[in-house]
Amino acid sequence: MSVSDCSLAELLIVACSEAWRGNGEVVATGIGPVPRLGASLAKLTHTPQLMMTDGEAYLVEEPVPVGPRGYDDRKAAGYLPFSRFFDSAVWTGRRHAMVSPTQIDRFGQTNLSYLGGSYQQPKTQMLGARGFPGNSIYHINSMFVPFHSKRLFVEGEVDMVSSVGYNPARRIPGGNYSGVDLRVIVTNLCVMDFGGKDNAIRVISLHPGVTIEQVREATGFELQVDGDLPTTPLPTEEQLAIIAKLDPHNHRATVIKGNPPAIAKESVA
Amino acid sequence: MGFRPVTEVTFDKRMTVDEIVGQLKDGMTIGIGGWGPRRKPMALVRAILRSSLKDLTIVAYGGADVGMLCAAGKVKKLIFGFVSLDAIPLEPYFRKARESGQLPDILELDEGMLQWGLKAAAMQLPFLPTRVGLGTDIATYGNFETVKSPYADGEVLLAMPALKLDAALIHVHRVDHRGNVQALGPDTYYDEWFAKAAAKTYVSAEEVVERMDLSYPDDAKANVFERCFVTGVVEIPQGAHPTSLPPSYGWDMGHFKAYAASAAEEGGWDKYMAEVIGPDEAHYLAAVGGAEKVAQLPLPIF
Repeated sequence: MSVSDCSLAELLIVACSEAWRGNGEVVATGIGPVPRLGASLAKLTHTPQLMMTDGEAYLVEEPVPVGPRGYDDRKAAGYLPFSRFFDSAVWTGRRHAMVSPTQIDRFGQTNLSYLGGSYQQPKTQMLGARGFPGNSIYHINSMFVPFHSKRLFVEGEVDMVSSVGYNPARRIPGGNYSGVDLRVIVTNLCVMDFGGKDNAIRVISLHPGVTIEQVREATGFELQVDGDLPTTPLPTEEQLAIIAKLDPHNHRATVIKGNPPAIAKESVA
Repeated sequence: MGFRPVTEVTFDKRMTVDEIVGQLKDGMTIGIGGWGPRRKPMALVRAILRSSLKDLTIVAYGGADVGMLCAAGKVKKLIFGFVSLDAIPLEPYFRKARESGQLPDILELDEGMLQWGLKAAAMQLPFLPTRVGLGTDIATYGNFETVKSPYADGEVLLAMPALKLDAALIHVHRVDHRGNVQALGPDTYYDEWFAKAAAKTYVSAEEVVERMDLSYPDDAKANVFERCFVTGVVEIPQGAHPTSLPPSYGWDMGHFKAYAASAAEEGGWDKYMAEVIGPDEAHYLAAVGGAEKVAQLPLPIF
C-alpha cells in the first residue's frame, strides 16, 4: 500500500501521536482506538520514554495491540492499577491523556456528564465526570474528535463542565490552576491547539482537501487562525507499518464513518 | 488490673446472606466495592434486590450494581464517580432512572474525589483538601466548601467531605472465619477504603476457609485490608457474576447485553427480576447457565 492510499484514520493516528512528542516519562493514556494507537506509535517512534499501561493494571514497554489477543500476552514492566492511579499518575502531574468528550467549548471545558435538561433530571445521562475534573487540573490533556460538528464544539458553555478549561469566570481567587495544560485537539478535519489569545483555540493544520471555511462552518465558536495553514502530514511507510502491527484487527477502520482515505480519490493526481 | 490474655478465640464472623441483609436498614448509606463491571459483590446486591430495603444512599464506582438497585427502586440518593459497563458505556437502568426523573438526588464526583472522601472517613477526618473539582460543575452542584491553606502559600482548596458509610459490601476470592480477606487479580480498586470508611463491612467470597494462615499463607499480599474492618463473611461462589473476577472468571458480556436490552422492553425489569434474579442464588446461577459456565467466562481484554 502506498502512503497516498492511507486512510484518514491513519493520518489521525499520526497527528494524535504528535501530541506526546517530547513529553518524557509521563503515562500516555489514549482512550479509544485512534488516541490509543497514537500514544503507542509515539512510544515506538519519537518518544520511547513514555509510560503506558496494558489498559488494565500493568505498565508495559511494548504497547499492547488493540482488540482480541491472549490475556497474558502483555509483558509487565511495572504496576499501575486503578488503586494507585491517582497518587502515582494523576495528582503528581505525570500523565498526558487524550480523550473524546461529548461536548467541548471555546474555553476547552468539556462535558462527559449529561446533555440537556438539568442536573436533577438530564435529557441524556452519560457516564459521569469520571476522572476529568482531576485530570484537567493536574496534568496535560488533549482531545480527539472523530466528527467535527457544532453539536460537539458548542456555541456557549458545555451543558455540564466536567473538566477545567481556560474560563476565567470559573476560577476562584486563591485556587491553583497552574496544572491546567491543554495541548491539542485532533479532529476529522484539522488539528487545533490552545495557542491563541488568552489560550483561545487556534487551528494549526488542515487535513488534505479540507478548507478553513469547512472547519468554521462546523464549529460553534470563533476559531483563531494565524497566517497560512499547513496541511497535516501524511503517515510515512514506517508509521503505517507500525500502526498495522498495533491494530491487527483493523479497529481503526471503524472510527470514521465510511473509513474515508486521507486524500479524496478525485484529488489524487 | 493489667493485661488479660485471651484464652479462647471465639470470633467467627460467618453469617448467612439473610443475616447480612437483616443487618442493613432502610435509609442507610451503603458503599459497594469493585469498579464498573469488575469484581462487584453482585450476589449481595441481588439479596438487597430481593429484600424490602428502601431509601438507600449508594456510594460506588458504579456498574450494574447501581443500575439494578435503581431499577428496583432501592436508591434514594446516589454518590458516584461514574456508572458504566465498559463495553456498554452507558448503564441502561441508571440512565433510565436519571432521564425519567426517578433519581433526582445525586452527588456526582470525580473518581479521585470519591476515594478522597472515603479516605477522610477512614481517617476520621471531617474532610480532605484537594484541587480536584475546582473550575468544574462538580463543585457547583456538589455545594462543596473551600478551605484556605494556613501556610504561606495561602492556596484555596476544595474541602472534600468524609463519605461515612453505614455499611460496605465487597466480594473477594477468599476469606476466613475471622475476616482475613484475599483479593487476587491485578487490581483491588478502592475496596480497602470502602472497608475502612464503613461502620460495618460485609464480605462475600468465592471460598471461605477456617484459617487463612493454614490454607493460603503464601498469598498474604492479597490481604488488601485487615480483619478488624470486617463484620461478616459469607461464601457465595460466582458471587461477582455478571461482573469479572480475574483470574477466576471474566465478565459475562452476553448477560450484560441481554440485561441492557431488557431496559428497552416494557416490563423488562420485572421480567429480569422474576426470571433471572429469582428467589435465591441457586435459581440465579441456574438461570445464567450454571457454575461451570460462569467459571469458564474468558477474562476481558483491554
